[in-house]
Amino acid sequence: MRASDRTDTATRRRFLVVAGSLAGGLAGGAGLAPLLGPRPAAATPAMLAAAIREMVGEAPVREGKVTLDLPPLVENGNAVPMTITVDSPMTAADHVKSIHVFNEKNPQPYVATFHLGPRAGKAKVSTRVRLADSQKVVAIAEMSDGSFWSDSVNMIVTLAACVEEGDGAL
Amino acid sequence: MTQALVNVPAKAKRGEVIEIKTLISHPMETGYRHTANGVPIPRDIIHTFVCRYNGEQVFRADLHQAIAANPFITFFTVATESGTIELAWTDDHNETQTQKADIVVE
Repeated sequence: MRASDRTDTATRRRFLVVAGSLAGGLAGGAGLAPLLGPRPAAATPAMLAAAIREMVGEAPVREGKVTLDLPPLVENGNAVPMTITVDSPMTAADHVKSIHVFNEKNPQPYVATFHLGPRAGKAKVSTRVRLADSQKVVAIAEMSDGSFWSDSVNMIVTLAACVEEGDGAL
Repeated sequence: MTQALVNVPAKAKRGEVIEIKTLISHPMETGYRHTANGVPIPRDIIHTFVCRYNGEQVFRADLHQAIAANPFITFFTVATESGTIELAWTDDHNETQTQKADIVVE
């Protein structure tokens, strides 16, 4: 292979990569939207940690028992299906008291808190969330014995929620 | 507030774990958006959802702006006795929408 051939191939490959990412950005619809308009300050990983500390106090949070079910890649962050399941017999003596959900990069770190009890029968909750960016989502379950268990998912969001502006006159 | 859709089984066996599905129409405005003129749109979200089974609270959710518009929530409860399952959503205007469903437990 001559040197010039290699250069040609490399250039072509680079062109395809650039063309592909451009097309991807355009296909993402409002891919450029975050660059326009004012954007609210995002929560940071430090805010996430602080929000979790505020909720659980000094208690240790262990990984396990909780299953946070979120798609690893979503196209639209405006409505992402989320299911949280906690492994618990849900009896009066041993049940899930609450499930806290946090995010890393939305404008604020709280998503929701679900209060359950022995009358739930089954510790499983589903809802739909908004995600402003690719980020980590954390679910923490508080058990009746005072222990905390968690699970987290790192997600990729191609079209972020919250950034598009309203169209109504106000 | 507007319409709510709830799915509660009409009949259940005593002690059975039943699933309750709820969907309510609400913009869940985050307070972080602006109009085309740059005026901030005030926050308006449903912050609390409660399920009462014959008057006793069996499930509660505290919601934040990160919950999608038209909140969809599903959860479980044990069918203990015949009666009414009451679902209530409260938003930032302190308006509460209540939906009731009857259940027969055999």
